[in-house]
Formats: sequence, C-alpha cells, structure tokens
Amino acid sequence: MKVLYFAWLKEKTGVGQEDLSLPEGVSDVAGLVAWLKGRGDGYAEAFADETVVRVAVNQEHVDVSHGVSDGDEVAFFPPVTGG
Amino acid sequence: MIRVQEDDFDPGLELEKLTEGNLAIGGVCSFIGLVRDFAGGENVSAMTLEHYPGMTEKQLEAIEQEACARWPLDATLIVHRYGRLDAGDRIVFVAAASAHREAAFEACHFLIDWLKTKAPFWKKETAASGEQWVEAKEADDAATKRWDKV
Repeated sequence: MKVLYFAWLKEKTGVGQEDLSLPEGVSDVAGLVAWLKGRGDGYAEAFADETVVRVAVNQEHVDVSHGVSDGDEVAFFPPVTGG
Repeated sequence: MIRVQEDDFDPGLELEKLTEGNLAIGGVCSFIGLVRDFAGGENVSAMTLEHYPGMTEKQLEAIEQEACARWPLDATLIVHRYGRLDAGDRIVFVAAASAHREAAFEACHFLIDWLKTKAPFWKKETAASGEQWVEAKEADDAATKRWDKV
C-alpha cells in the first residue's frame, strides 16, 4: 500500500510518501494509525493528537473505521485550509 | 471546469472564456480569494500552499458536479493555486453562470464554502516570528454545514 503524509504530518514523520506492506492484523485506518505510531518518535508525534488528523483512502475522505487493504492509497493530513 | 496551478490567473479573461458563445447565460457570479497580510494579530508577508495532487482534482470535480446537480448552471469554474504566494496575491477563483442570478449567487457561495472544507490544500504562513501552518476554522465547517441537505 502507498501511504502519504501532508503538511505538518509530513514534517513530523519526515516522510512524504512510502510503500508499505499491509501490517499483519491491520484491517482498518485506526489499526494502521496504531501500527504507524509504533514506528518511531516522529510517527508517534505526528499521531499524538488523532483528533487533528484527517484521512483519505483512495483519495476520498473517510473516517478511521474505514477498511484498508494492500493496494490502497492512504493519506494522512491536518484539516484542510485551502480557499 | 477545474484547474490547479502554480501560476496566477486573469479573472477578467477567465470570466470571458467561461461565458463565451453561450447566450443562454444571464448572469455570472464569481469569488476571488486573496492572501491577507495579517493573521492572529501578526503581519503575514507570504504563504505556501501545499496540496494533494490527484485527490485535489478529484475533490474539486466532485464539488463542481454537486453544484451542477443542485442548481441549473450553464458553466462553472474553479481555479486554485499552490506554491509560494505573497500578500495580495490571488489564491482561488470560483465562478458560476446561469440563466438567472439566484442560481449563480448561491452556487458560487456553495462552491467556495465546500472547497474550503473538502479540497486538500494546506496553508503555511510566513510572518516575522517564523512559519506556521494555518489551523482550520470552525466557522468554515459551519459555512459548509449550511449547505447540508435537509
């Protein structure tokens, strides 16, 4: 799966985009976030306050209960501020 | 039509192209968003807009389609810039054209309200004290909710 990070989530994780294999036991966004948090300080910091993290799966806004599978594109970002 | 670009745009030219050749259009309403030079009591000299290529276009197209489903529109346009912008620069342009003004006004308002909470753009402001990511405003969520279908 492809995982992308934008704005301060990119700065905190230090990663803009990465290819991952779906971690064992992970079936939804919430599970993926829990797994990512264990990958290091930057990730733990990026996801420290999950209330300010938004997610898209395959470029559609979803919530953390949304399922994830190996071919998905999952993106994490703060609430949007365009316009 | 939607466009995501680094370059500036010419509002007059955009409006001219939007209505050209369609004599059924009786009115066009447009909105232009600009980089303000203040935020939270601080002077802002510039900002950098980041976006999510691919999803941005998809979301803007969906917003435009929703507007066309809700109002009888002859033409719509969303142009959104990304990259580094200075105070006073244009950020976004939305326009809606219809036979009558009500649909044009309402659809234009809807387009910018929805865009602000659904299109994946993020602003980082540059001020004397440094750079800072802009936080989303509750007022923008409220403005989007106004258009929820009852």
